[in-house]
Amino acid sequence: MATTQKLNLRFSWEAMLCVVLVMSLGLGRGLSAEFLGTANVSNLLADFTEIALMALPMTLIIVAAEIDLSVASVMGMSSALMGVLWHMGLSMPLVVVLVLAAGILAGLFNGLVIVRLGLPSLAITIGTLAMFRGFSYLLLGDQAIADFPASWTTFGISTVGDSFLPQPFILVIIAAVGFTVLLQSTAFGRSLYAIGSNQTAAHFSGIDVARTKIKLFVMSGFMSALAGIIYTLRFSSARGDNGEGFELSVVAAVLFGGVSIFGGKGSLVGVLLSLLIIGVLKNALTLYDVSSEVLTIVTGLLLLSSVLVPNMAERLRAARIKRVMAAKAVAAR
Amino acid sequence: MSDQPTQPRLELRGASKAFGEVQALLNGCLSLYPGEVHALLGENGAGKSTLVKILAGVHKPDTGTLVINGVQRHFARPSDALEAGIAVIYQEPTLFADLSIAENIYMGRQPLDRLGRIRYDEMNRWTQEILQSLGVQLKATQLVRGLSIADQQVVEIAKALSLNANVLIMDEPTAALSRPEVERLFAIAERLRAANVAILFITHRLEEVFRLTQRVTIMREGAAVHFAMTAEMDHDSIVARMVGRDLSTYYPKADVTPGEVGLSVRRLSRTGVFRDISFDVRKGEIVALSGLVGAGRSEVARAIFGVDPVDSGEVYVMGQKLKLGKPATTVRAGVALVPEDRRQQGLALDMPIARNTSLTVLNKLVHFGLISGKAERALATEWGSKLKLKAHTVDAPAGTLSGGNQQKVVLGKWLATHPRVLIIDEPTRGIDVGAKAEVYQTMADLVKEGMAVLMISSELPEVLGMADRVLVMHEGRITADIPRDEANEERIMAAALGQTDPASRKAA
Amino acid sequence: MSTTFMSQHSQSLAPVANPTPERQRWFLVLARNRESTLLVVLLLLIVGTGLAEPAFLSWHNARDVLLNVAITAILTAGMTVVMLMRHIDLSVSSTLGVTAYAVGSLFIAIPGMPVPLAIVAGVLIGVAAGCVNGALVTFGRVPSLVATLSTLYIFRGIDYAWVHGGQINATSLPDAFSHIATGNVLGLPILVVIAAVVLAGVGYYLKFFRGGREFYAIGSNPEAATLAGIRVNRRVFVGFLLSGALAGLAGVLWLARFGTVDASTGKGIELQVVAAAVVGSVAITGGVGNVWGATLGALLLGVINISLVVLRVSSFWQLAIQGALIVLAIVSDTLLSRRIAKWSMKKRELG
Repeated sequence: MATTQKLNLRFSWEAMLCVVLVMSLGLGRGLSAEFLGTANVSNLLADFTEIALMALPMTLIIVAAEIDLSVASVMGMSSALMGVLWHMGLSMPLVVVLVLAAGILAGLFNGLVIVRLGLPSLAITIGTLAMFRGFSYLLLGDQAIADFPASWTTFGISTVGDSFLPQPFILVIIAAVGFTVLLQSTAFGRSLYAIGSNQTAAHFSGIDVARTKIKLFVMSGFMSALAGIIYTLRFSSARGDNGEGFELSVVAAVLFGGVSIFGGKGSLVGVLLSLLIIGVLKNALTLYDVSSEVLTIVTGLLLLSSVLVPNMAERLRAARIKRVMAAKAVAAR
Repeated sequence: MSDQPTQPRLELRGASKAFGEVQALLNGCLSLYPGEVHALLGENGAGKSTLVKILAGVHKPDTGTLVINGVQRHFARPSDALEAGIAVIYQEPTLFADLSIAENIYMGRQPLDRLGRIRYDEMNRWTQEILQSLGVQLKATQLVRGLSIADQQVVEIAKALSLNANVLIMDEPTAALSRPEVERLFAIAERLRAANVAILFITHRLEEVFRLTQRVTIMREGAAVHFAMTAEMDHDSIVARMVGRDLSTYYPKADVTPGEVGLSVRRLSRTGVFRDISFDVRKGEIVALSGLVGAGRSEVARAIFGVDPVDSGEVYVMGQKLKLGKPATTVRAGVALVPEDRRQQGLALDMPIARNTSLTVLNKLVHFGLISGKAERALATEWGSKLKLKAHTVDAPAGTLSGGNQQKVVLGKWLATHPRVLIIDEPTRGIDVGAKAEVYQTMADLVKEGMAVLMISSELPEVLGMADRVLVMHEGRITADIPRDEANEERIMAAALGQTDPASRKAA
Repeated sequence: MSTTFMSQHSQSLAPVANPTPERQRWFLVLARNRESTLLVVLLLLIVGTGLAEPAFLSWHNARDVLLNVAITAILTAGMTVVMLMRHIDLSVSSTLGVTAYAVGSLFIAIPGMPVPLAIVAGVLIGVAAGCVNGALVTFGRVPSLVATLSTLYIFRGIDYAWVHGGQINATSLPDAFSHIATGNVLGLPILVVIAAVVLAGVGYYLKFFRGGREFYAIGSNPEAATLAGIRVNRRVFVGFLLSGALAGLAGVLWLARFGTVDASTGKGIELQVVAAAVVGSVAITGGVGNVWGATLGALLLGVINISLVVLRVSSFWQLAIQGALIVLAIVSDTLLSRRIAKWSMKKRELG
């Protein structure tokens, strides 16, 4: 069955992403000599810390055919809460713990409403997107709190030793490894693919769909809160509007990484590559003096191509199978 | 067809259709003449539905020609079929739940005034007239959401009637209808036939074929294999051509002495669905749960398994009381459920075979918290070979397999949990003859190993061929418990229709 | 006897329709009159705020609310059309931004341009944007969430690239154009009258024309829509065109109302629009909703915002309340329809 074998050759999005990554690195080098310099690489990595932290749980959520649009609002709320708690005179470690707990609660709220009432996560998290952002304005209004202890804010901006690696980025690496293992090689990860692929069948197979999904939203809340803390420390500024609009960048990065919006398909490797590509392109074009707002065109085009290209490949493949099968049917008659 | 003076109204020749790598139709042929009711027969999976969808313009055939009133036609979309006068009543009503009955019937062809506005009053009046002619008490302005399946079917029929179609295709229209409704439908079919309409009638009930139809086309494995006048056929000759092999070799019933009780159900009730269900299944025994569609059989199975809620009652597995309501708990207690709807409930079709197989035993494949892909593939390969699964690789998506092989994957995924009780709902629905025999053989092997099997089935021969005991349900209650040697079609049928079975020993 | 006998239904068909009128249940009344319920809530809010702060019930306030809501309501009408089809259009805010800037630039390039021409130009730009979305969703088979999220970025990026830090000021606009927002017809701002006419037109189309009903059909059951002979792709395409055209119109009106437009005009408004539609009981799962309800949703959100200002509640409450309202609206809609489903099952059982 040589033909069938050939037909089964699947289009590998991850391989494609690798090629794109190398090309964008080449582009960056071509556009600017300082692109691969230590300082710039350090900037490049630091700039997508928060997006990456939120994209990791988002990948798991979208694989399970749900979505969480409230991540950036939870991030902003965490940042505001951090400022408020610090001003209340609590010690930094306690502040951090409380903020992370608040993030968990926000995620739990999303999860419980969506799962217990069986409501579409898209609609509910659009609602909580507004709600949590509203909370962050309620907490801090339009003030900014910037007097965090220097020992903490230096963590936000310094690198590991003399290397290019920003200290907060270590958290990204740890989380990336953790989430990749969780999704790609644990029972929990497997059940996410099953839920995203066919929720009923997953339920019939004895998987506790409700509890799994609540866990996902809680993880998302926790990671968003963590992102909020890092962001606040990096810019040493707690503000109600921190991270506004980040949710779309996060979703875009996940989808460009080859995760299907319908669930059941995609890998964290793809998402990590996608994050790198977006980071590299943004950085390279910024060095070339393209404004960050105009760069959204690139994000949009990448997002579109993530669906259009595999769609076209699949269409070509289906047409080829159809021809083969029709020929077989004629031959069999 | 010497006794057919006219040209056929519709003629399909050599139609084939593949979905991905599954060849659903290989050689579909059909001639339909005005003024006849024509039966299209065949087992599930023989390609009838695909053929119907080609006639309806839903699927474009890969090969073949379609001639209507002597003119070759290509349907690009369903509206082309409608314009050609072909109306289809599907098995599953395809209606707009959020719209009124009248809008459902006239969608896309609503009566308009000069400015192109929809004339609701006229549309509602026409609809009401059709509904009245069908003798149902439905309101034209009522929303479809909340209608029973039977009522939705009535809306479908009304839609076809409103189309004044001269070719009417009915894909198992009687499946969800009560006796009086079937009679009413037959009366309508007769009237339409007298008005020179060509009717294609698909059913599983052979007595309907003999009562209503003039000619039959029999399909098997994607091809039309026999054309005849209905009067020239009898029950056995039709069945033989549908099945295409000797029936007696079909059921490898194992001779096992039942052991201790494996599954015990006591006074299980769910308001409005089933009531007071009590029975035992012993180790080494196959108990069939029979009855009509809608009698509550699958619902009982799902309730035992914990997918559906129950209001009262208890279930014991190997003597241990089962905590109801969580499938995970039920699985741990040693119960497996091969569900009714393979594609919806049994498999994640986009996922590889191996990952489908491992879904029920993920926790057993874990070493230091990580899943071993090697162990997973080994598991799938092991069960694949035990169940004679035909697949190139266990990494192929389950959706690329044929129905029979998909069923083997579902079976494998459950047998991998080493259950002590197997509940199997419609074990052979929609799978080909060869795979059927293999599924039966597997069931026979399982009871030899001491498995307690509860089999839900609508296929009478299967029930009679495989079961040690037959429980019959009617409107949510068990109405008969018949041992194998006393079971026959008449007794099961009578109990399924609600007559009490005097000789039956009351279940447990 | 047949080989299979699965094909008989064991229950005789009891007529479900009950000709004799019976006591109306509260949940049925609520469900059948979602819009009226919303209207009551709206009136209560207005009366309540008026009692607490009589200055609220001023003509000036009413005018402000109407001017603000008119633009959101037009966008919400477009969103309603798209959501009826079980799709979503997140790109409306970017389309609005691009259109507002483009029409402003047109006025600078051709100072004497007649106002109707400006409106037509705006709508055409919107149509072009809708065309891109429609093509992506139908021909490209890109899920609408992804497609319009992408175009949200792309249109906004184009806007930034084009504007390049500049902005349009009211001084560059002819008085005849600003008159749309400042002038009155029958005592109402012209802008509001335009919006009302457009909303009525879209609402009427959805109710009384085949094309309008097909939006409902597609969202209610896409498969059945195909079977009923509806050209689903074409209709979905038209739906996105319509949404784009309305966003374009909203862009023109925005320019007339605010006069000042830069590259960030209308940023983030897409979520407000979705919120208004959802609060106005347009189902995100398609098939249910109408322009009247959506407009009420937009009005309710607009009145809440003004009430907060009048009651001197910090405007920081706005967003939190808006979010809570969305969640509440979806939850109550779902619980209500579940209650009804349960009740009709019980009713059927009792015969």
